Amino acid sequence: MSVLEQRLPAVDTHDDLPLEYAHEDDALRIFGFWVFLVTDMLLFSCVFATYVILYRHTNMGPTPTQLFDVRGFTAETLILLTSSFTSGIGTYEMRRGHRGALIGWLMVTWILGACFIGLEVSEFVADVASGATMSRSAFLSAFFTLVGMHGCHVSFGLLWMLCLMIQLGVKGITHVTARKVFIVGLYWHFLDVVWVFIFTVVYLIGELS
Amino acid sequence: MPASVTNFATHFFVTGEPMIYGADVAIVLVSLAILFVLTYFKKWKWLWKEWLTTVDHKKIGIMYLIAALLMMFRGGVDALLMRTQLMLPNGRFLQAQHYNEIFTTHGTLMILFMAMPFIFAMFNIVVPLQIGARDVAFPYLNAISFWLFFVAAMLLNLSFVIGGSPDAGWVSYPPLADLPFDRGPGENFYLLSLQITGIGSMATGLNFFVTIMRMRAPGMTLMRMPLFCWAVLSASVLIIVAFPALTAALALLLIDRVAGAHFFTMLAGGNPMMYVNLFWVWGHPEVYIVVLPAFGVFSEVVATFAKKRVFGYASMVASMMVITVISYLVWLHHFFTMGAGPGVNSFFALASMIIAIPTGVKVFNWLMTLFRGRIRLTPPLLWTLGFVPNFAIGGATGVMLAVAPADYQYHNSYFLIAHFHQVLIGGTVYGMIAGMYYWWPKVFGFLLGERLARHAFWWFNIGFYVCFLPQYFLGYMGMTRRIYTYPPGMGWTTWNFISTLGAYMMGIGFILIAANIVQSALHGVRDTTGDPWDGRTLEWSLPSPAPHYNFARIPTVHSRDAWWEMKEARRRGEPVQESTEPLRPIHMPKSSGRPFILSVLFFVFGFGMTFNWYVMAIIGLLGVGICLVLRSFEFDTDFYIPVHEIEETEAAYGRS
Ligand code: HEM
Ligand SMILES: [Cu+2]
Repeated sequence: MSVLEQRLPAVDTHDDLPLEYAHEDDALRIFGFWVFLVTDMLLFSCVFATYVILYRHTNMGPTPTQLFDVRGFTAETLILLTSSFTSGIGTYEMRRGHRGALIGWLMVTWILGACFIGLEVSEFVADVASGATMSRSAFLSAFFTLVGMHGCHVSFGLLWMLCLMIQLGVKGITHVTARKVFIVGLYWHFLDVVWVFIFTVVYLIGELS
Repeated sequence: MPASVTNFATHFFVTGEPMIYGADVAIVLVSLAILFVLTYFKKWKWLWKEWLTTVDHKKIGIMYLIAALLMMFRGGVDALLMRTQLMLPNGRFLQAQHYNEIFTTHGTLMILFMAMPFIFAMFNIVVPLQIGARDVAFPYLNAISFWLFFVAAMLLNLSFVIGGSPDAGWVSYPPLADLPFDRGPGENFYLLSLQITGIGSMATGLNFFVTIMRMRAPGMTLMRMPLFCWAVLSASVLIIVAFPALTAALALLLIDRVAGAHFFTMLAGGNPMMYVNLFWVWGHPEVYIVVLPAFGVFSEVVATFAKKRVFGYASMVASMMVITVISYLVWLHHFFTMGAGPGVNSFFALASMIIAIPTGVKVFNWLMTLFRGRIRLTPPLLWTLGFVPNFAIGGATGVMLAVAPADYQYHNSYFLIAHFHQVLIGGTVYGMIAGMYYWWPKVFGFLLGERLARHAFWWFNIGFYVCFLPQYFLGYMGMTRRIYTYPPGMGWTTWNFISTLGAYMMGIGFILIAANIVQSALHGVRDTTGDPWDGRTLEWSLPSPAPHYNFARIPTVHSRDAWWEMKEARRRGEPVQESTEPLRPIHMPKSSGRPFILSVLFFVFGFGMTFNWYVMAIIGLLGVGICLVLRSFEFDTDFYIPVHEIEETEAAYGRS
C-alpha cells in the first residue's frame, strides 16, 4: 500500500515494517521528529558558535583550564555514552516484543541519565561556589548556557522517559508506545551527539588551550 | 492608598500620555463589549467548541487571517502616527521616547505579527486543499502554533498600556537593548513575545514541511504540485533553518538581561556583534520566508486569470530553490558597516546580488504567462500586476544596497527604509491581499465585490508610490532612519510632506478593503459552484466552504493543474474516476482545548518573566509541563466519521 495513503492508521498498516513504522500516522510523527531534531541541532549550533567566539573572553576570571575538572567531565562523558548504548538495547528489545526487558533497559538508561545530571549539577555548584558565576565573564556566560542547555534537554528527556515507562507498564508495547519509545531514543542519541561536541569543543579544547 | 500600591500602579500602568489613556478606555470598552455580546447571544459555548478548541486547518487559517488584519490595523496606525510626526519639521505631535516606542512596535508587529500570520493563514487555508489532504500532518501542533502566536501578540500589545513598550528598534540590538541602557520591562516584552511566537512559527514550518513531503494525494509527484505549495515548501525549509537562530539570539539576550550574563554587553568580554549576526542569520531568510508565499500566490493567480498553465514551471521551481539556498548566505549585507573586511563584504555583496537573478526569472515567467492569455482583470490579478513594478524597483534598490562600498552611504538612511517597504509591502502585502481576494470565496463561500476592491487597490497602490518614492530622495539627501524630528532648512520638508500624504492614501485603501469585506459579507455574491474563477488546482474541486474533512474521496492526480485536467476530461465526456469508488470512514483528529490552555500558560510564563516575577513565571512553566505530560498520556485522540455522515454532508452540498 502506498505511503501516500492518508490518516488511516487503523486501516493502513505495513506489516513488513517494524511496529513503530507500521502505521502511516506513526511514521509521519517519526519523520516530523527528525525535522525537529534539525531545528534543535541548529539551535545548539548557534550557541556553540557564540561559545567559540567568546571562550577566550575570560575577563581576567577563571580560564577553561582552571575551571574544568578532567575527572568530572570524563565521568560524565562515559556515563552519557553508556546510556545511549543502553537505550539502543531497549529499542532492540522492543522490536523483539520483550516488554519487561524494554522497561528494564529504559530504567538503566534513566538512572545513568540521572547520574549524569547529578554530576553536572555538582560541577556547576562547585564552580559557582568558587566564584565562577555566569556574570563573571563572557566565557562563563557562554559555558553555563551551552552546557546548561544540554543539561536541560537531558532533564526533559528524563521526564519524558518516566512517562513512557509508566505507559509501557499500563499499555504494553503497542504501535503508539513503540513509536514513542523510538522517538525518545532518537532524542537521546541526539543529545549524546551534542555532548560529544561539547566534550570536544568545550572541554578538550578548553583543557588544551 | 498606601504609597507602595500607588508607586506600583504608576510603574505598572503606563501613565502620562493622553493617547494611552484613550487606549486604556478603548481596551476596557471593547473587552466589555465582547463579553457582553458573547453572553447576550449565548455564544460562549460556540466560541469554545468551534474556535478555541478547533484543530481544523481551515478554521485556524481564518483565525490567522483575522489576527493578521487586526495587526495590520494596529501597525498601520503606528505608521500614520510616525508619518504625522514627520510631516513637518520640528513636529510636536509625538515625544522622542514615544516615537522610539512606536517605530519599534510598528516594525515588530508588521513582520512577526502581521506578515507571519498572514502567510500562515494562506498556508493553512490552501495547502491541504491543494495537495488533496484532509488536514495537515500534525493538527494538534498546528493549533498550538496558532495559539502561541496569539498569546504572543497579546503580550506585545499589552506593553502599550502596561509596563511600557519596547523602544530599541525591531532588531533590538545590544548594547542599547541590554540592561544598563534599557531597564524597563519594554525590552522583556519584546524578547518574550518574539520567543513565544517564534516557537509557534518553527512548529508551523515543520508541520507544513512534513505535510507537503508526505501527504500529497496519490499521483501528485513533487513536480506536479501547484506552485503555491512549492512556495510554502521553500518557506517552510527556510523557517526550519532560520528560526533557531532567532531563538538563540533572543534567549541569549534575555539571559543577559535577567541573569546578568555577558554575551552582548560592552563589559566583561561580551560581544554585541554576535547578536547582530545571529539576528540576521534569521532576519534575512525571514524576509524571504514572508515573500516566497507571495510569489506562490502570484503564480496561482496569473495562471488562473490568464487561463493558461504557468510558463516555465520547472524554472519557477528551480529559481525558488536557488532563492531558498542563497537567502541563507547573505545575512551580512545588513551590516557591511561592521567592517568585516573587503573579502567578507565582497562575498556577501555578490551573494546578495545573485538573488536578483532567480527573482527576475520568476517575474519574466509571470509576464510570459500573462502574454497572450485570456486575461480577466479581477482584484487578485490587479494586486499581482501592481506587485510587478513595485518589486522591480525594490529589487533594483536592493542590488544598489548590496554594493558594499555604496552601502556605507545608504545604510540606515531613508533609502533603506524605502527599499524594504517596497519589497515587503509591494511583495508580501500585495501578495497576501491578492491571495485573500483569490481564496476568499473558498473560505467563506462568497466573493468580495469588485467595485470597492478596485477603489481600494488604486488608493493603496498610488498612495504607496506617493509615500515611498520620496523616501529614496530623502535618503540621498541624508535623512537617517529613526529620527523623531528634523529642523527646517534641510530641504527635506517637501518630500516628507508628500510622503505623509501617501501614507494617508494607503490608510484610506486599507479602510476600503475593510469596507469591501463588510459590504460583501452583507450583500456579496454567493459562490455556489465551488469554482468561481474557473480554477486549475484541487481546492476548486471542492464546494465552498469545504466540508470539514475536505475530500470525501482522495483524488488521484495525473498531471499538473489536476482540477483543470479533470474538467477537460469531463468536457470531453470521459468517465470520472473517483466518484465511482465507495466511500470509506474518514479518520480525523479530535478537537482539544489543551493547545489554548497551554498557550495561555505560556503567556503567564512570559508575563512573569517580563516583570521579573519569577514565581509567576515558574507557575506558567510548570503548567506548560503538565499540559505536555497530560498530552503524553492521552491515547484517545482521533475518531472516525462514519460513511452515512459523509453521505449526508455531501448530499447537502448537492454532491454525491
Ligand atoms: C534582489 C533582492 C534584494 C537585495 C539584493 C536586497 C539587499 C538588501 C540590503 C543590502 C539591505 C541592507 C541595507 C542596509 O542596511 O544598509 C537590505 C535591507 C532590507 N531588506 Fe532587502 N534586498 C533584496 C530583497 C528584499 C526582499 C524581497 C525583502 C522582503 C520581502 C527585503 C527586505 C529587507 C528589509 C526588511 C531590510 C532592512 C531591515 C532593517 O534594517 O531594519 N529585501 N536589503
Ligand atoms: Cu537582507
